[in-house]
Amino acid sequence: MEQQDQQVTAKLQVPQTTATPAETPAEAEKVFDAKSLSCYYGSFRAVTDVSLSIYQNEITAFIGPSGCGKTTVLRTLNRLNDLIPSARVEGDVHYRGASLYHKDVSPTAVRRRIGMVFQKPNPFPKSIYENVAYGPRINGIRKKSHLDEIVERSLRQAALWDEVKDRLNKSGLGLSGGQAQRLCIARTLAVEPDVVLMDEPCSALDPIATGRIEDLMHEIKSQYTIVIVTHNMQQATRVSDRTAFFSVLRNEKPGGNDTRTGVLVEYGTTQQIFEDPHDSRTQAYVTGRIG
Amino acid sequence: MAIASGQQTVDLREPSGWRRTKNQVATVGMWIAFVVMLIPLGFVIFTVISKGASAISWQFLTAPIPINVLPVTFGGVGPAVYGTLVITGLAALMAIPLGVLGGIYINEYGGNQVLARVINFFADVMTGVPSIIMGLFIFTIWVLHFGYSGFAGALALACLMLPIVIRSTYEMLRVVPDSLREASYALGATKARVTLTVVVPAAIGGIVSGALLAVARAAGETAPLVFTILVTQTLNKNVFSGANTALSTLIFQNATQPYTGAQARAWGSALTLIAIAFILMIVARLVTARFARYDR
Repeated sequence: MEQQDQQVTAKLQVPQTTATPAETPAEAEKVFDAKSLSCYYGSFRAVTDVSLSIYQNEITAFIGPSGCGKTTVLRTLNRLNDLIPSARVEGDVHYRGASLYHKDVSPTAVRRRIGMVFQKPNPFPKSIYENVAYGPRINGIRKKSHLDEIVERSLRQAALWDEVKDRLNKSGLGLSGGQAQRLCIARTLAVEPDVVLMDEPCSALDPIATGRIEDLMHEIKSQYTIVIVTHNMQQATRVSDRTAFFSVLRNEKPGGNDTRTGVLVEYGTTQQIFEDPHDSRTQAYVTGRIG
Repeated sequence: MAIASGQQTVDLREPSGWRRTKNQVATVGMWIAFVVMLIPLGFVIFTVISKGASAISWQFLTAPIPINVLPVTFGGVGPAVYGTLVITGLAALMAIPLGVLGGIYINEYGGNQVLARVINFFADVMTGVPSIIMGLFIFTIWVLHFGYSGFAGALALACLMLPIVIRSTYEMLRVVPDSLREASYALGATKARVTLTVVVPAAIGGIVSGALLAVARAAGETAPLVFTILVTQTLNKNVFSGANTALSTLIFQNATQPYTGAQARAWGSALTLIAIAFILMIVARLVTARFARYDR
């Protein structure tokens, strides 16, 4: 573990001074620390001034109405929004003490530690085995026996092994929606990431498949830190330890043409957000009166 | 069957009249178009096979070209088969790697850059350039300085194939969903990795069949060769120097001869060319199917 942390520091090229030593237990568990984060697509400000901390071995849920920027924030956490040419970020996100948007940081190195599961299951058009082995392979693992071991372990972790062990050489595209999504989770886990980001992973799945993925999240929580975007508030209450509620802020300033932006309204433990929301907008949303 | 009182039976039949007439007219129209399209195609294949099949033999495909007055039982078109295979092969070696890389550049790396848009535009324009212009182009920049050779012919054919390969590669890469690219990036892959291990493999069947179709088209071209390889009857194994021959130019030359032997050799060559194109099509299909085995 200590060795892994050193690796993080080395590969992310963090200046020694910013790696602050842990002072309180709470500080030590912090994985992400966003400060006044704003995300833009061209001149459109999608999210404004988000500050929140995400803690190790917890499941953090982002909830909120469509267009509030929760997916955008999620994608800034592993720099996947870099792929959109017009996207840019203001403010800062620290990941284990390193600034994610520092100019020396390689997005590739970031994404090797912070994996992502997408809304729509997107297995590669390769065999089930090759789908899971893909990540380890690009990280330089060549030995067949080692790859076999990783594939089996990842598929077991994703609760898919028993269903596919006899057809590892069949196409990953032949699986059902729920199986394909678990394959994508196995593919993400195969590189042993530190954090798993999930962007509405169950929105295309039926309740049974959703239940399996939620059970799976609980099982792997002890080893990973999970951030999940969901439209399903019951899901947030079932799986998450903390919940961030985002909303759309409409600026009524006269003259401005596009003044819609996403804001973080309230962030707290899931119990507090759903049972004792401090903000009236949160209360309206979680009780189902808006959104 | 008893229906509750007051409830009317729903009429689910096709609405009669004008709508049904339109449907019938359109169906008949499409069948006519299909048949009309098949007539010339079938006629060409029938004529070439009936006039050329009797000429085909191993000797015909390999023996030297005799003088025109001799009947088809003497000699063959060996040098032309050799020339077609070598010149087309050389052209493919030049055009396919360049064209595939160009297509990858436009779609994966170029983005909205001026260079990518310029290449894309000129690839479009070049697909429409008549093949004889390509022959003249190579004649001016190569043949006038270095003389006629099979290589000059290969250059002209490569110029014809290049835009087709660029366009087909580009079109195949364009339909690879972004979700696959994102999945690969999210595992920490670099751009080169994403392109080589996910995007190109997902499109490889289409890229290969596009390239083979370009080869098949180039194999039958005549005009660009007339200016570049000259025409000879003897076997020239050195493609880099001296006049050469090919099936297409042999057909062009022999078809105008008064001798039945020469004419028969032209028909035989025509069938050989169609067979080469046919084999390439089948290979393209097999390759596509082979690479598509994980598509479902």
